[in-house]
Amino acid sequence: MSTEALVRLDHVTFGYGGEPVLKDVNHVVEAGAFTGVVGPSGSGKTSLLRLLLGTEQPQHGTVTRAPGTAVSYVPQLETVNWNFPVTVGECVLMARRTRRVLPWATAEEKTEVAAVLDRLGIADLARRHIRELSGGQQQRMFIARALLRRPQLLLMDEPTSGVDVATRHEVLHLLDELNRDGLAILLTTHDLNGMAAHLPHLVALNTRVIASGSPAEVIVPDVLERTFGARMEVLQHLGMPVVVDSGAGRLGVAG
Amino acid sequence: MIDTLLEPFQYQFVVNGMYAAVLAGALCGLLGVFITLRGMSYIGHGLSHAVFGGYAAAPLLGLPIVLGAGAWGLGSALLINVVARSRRIGADAAIGVITTASFALGVALLTRFGTKGPAFDALLFGSINGVGRDELLLLLGALLFAAVTFTALYRAFLFTTFDPDVADVSGISVKRMDALLMLVLSVSILATLTIIGVTLVAATLVIPAVVVRMLTDSFSRMLWASTALGAAAGAIGMYLSYHLAIPSGTTIVLVNALAFVVVLLATGPRGLRRAAGMDDHSDVPAVAPVAAVR
Repeated sequence: MSTEALVRLDHVTFGYGGEPVLKDVNHVVEAGAFTGVVGPSGSGKTSLLRLLLGTEQPQHGTVTRAPGTAVSYVPQLETVNWNFPVTVGECVLMARRTRRVLPWATAEEKTEVAAVLDRLGIADLARRHIRELSGGQQQRMFIARALLRRPQLLLMDEPTSGVDVATRHEVLHLLDELNRDGLAILLTTHDLNGMAAHLPHLVALNTRVIASGSPAEVIVPDVLERTFGARMEVLQHLGMPVVVDSGAGRLGVAG
Repeated sequence: MIDTLLEPFQYQFVVNGMYAAVLAGALCGLLGVFITLRGMSYIGHGLSHAVFGGYAAAPLLGLPIVLGAGAWGLGSALLINVVARSRRIGADAAIGVITTASFALGVALLTRFGTKGPAFDALLFGSINGVGRDELLLLLGALLFAAVTFTALYRAFLFTTFDPDVADVSGISVKRMDALLMLVLSVSILATLTIIGVTLVAATLVIPAVVVRMLTDSFSRMLWASTALGAAAGAIGMYLSYHLAIPSGTTIVLVNALAFVVVLLATGPRGLRRAAGMDDHSDVPAVAPVAAVR
């Protein structure tokens, strides 16, 4: 394995008993990478995350993690019970492993939580109930929880799913900052224009890796059709590809 | 007047019943926080029915009742977990099939062969009678077991209750934590069954936790407040049971229900909103402040 590689997938095939959801997938997550995995529902994106996390094992092929590589995971905001009785500080502290028998946090743990919340700009929200946060603050809280484990690689499942445009911008900026600080990030997304087009590296996935490269190489009609099974047009705007879904035509117009 | 109020405490069986009700209420109140927040309220109802089958079957198998019924309950709980996790049948359906079958078996065995243990009515609705040293020790042991387990593994239980998927990838064995919770639950139901009864255990698991959820947004505060409310409702319910000559499980549940109504009226929409989404994992998040594009 290259010294730069954090996790490497070699000829990985994986499934849940029936037809494989991933076939012969090769991918290397390098230190400092910032990669988006795009693909339709059921294309194997979440399974890929599980393999990278090590919670699932491939049926064929190998997943190799560099020794000492810590991987953290941020779930989709939509899957979380925001009414759960917990504060921002308590939520972040959950990720801190402890061998102590007593349940309350030590002074050292409190300092660690305060530092990571401060780094993400939400230090003043530590005592707030999680329901009181905005979408961007919720994402920051989960990233803070993930960072508490001091990972080299951060995996995120649809980080901008269900959020508005301003929150999406906020999340993109935050991830960019973390990546510039040296954190490798791999995220899944459905959002080609709002998310994928802004990332430095993309993987188009539909059971197999269809294409891998820069947005200019991946967001092209041929790759999109093979990935999503639908014809899409791609325009250029300010040097970035913009996907136009023209396949359905214009509805509700007589004649 | 005072003599009438203090009259129950002249009798050792009432005093024992009072101790038992406080311990049982505290135990169910504590466990109820995890059960309700995990959306598993139905499992308390189901497991109590499963343990009932164990009560009936244990003497016929030549086993001590507590051991046999406990093993039966734990076996049912683990079987529910396995069936539910296989995803071939839903958790609710798994609980329904396994526990009601066990209950039906218990009724059949008791009807056909009778019982050497607690009376049929006492098992169904709870009883102030027959609380001796052994029952109190079992309750105390179950409460200590639960308290030590939840204290020592507080953070892991909190994480797996709030966010099991992320807990799993963060190095916590969710399966092990689930199994441990099932063990604590089975032991607790076994210990409380003769005080509260098969048909009413579920209510004492659920109501105190729901009531305190309406009052607080803090998980740790919920734990001790639900424990305290369960204990208080147990004591008051047991006391009323003596005076009203109604099965103890019934009065304990009614006191809990009264607390629910009072707190609901006192907290209004805010309390209702807190309790309404206790086990909901599908809320769409709020929207965010503005930021510029990269």
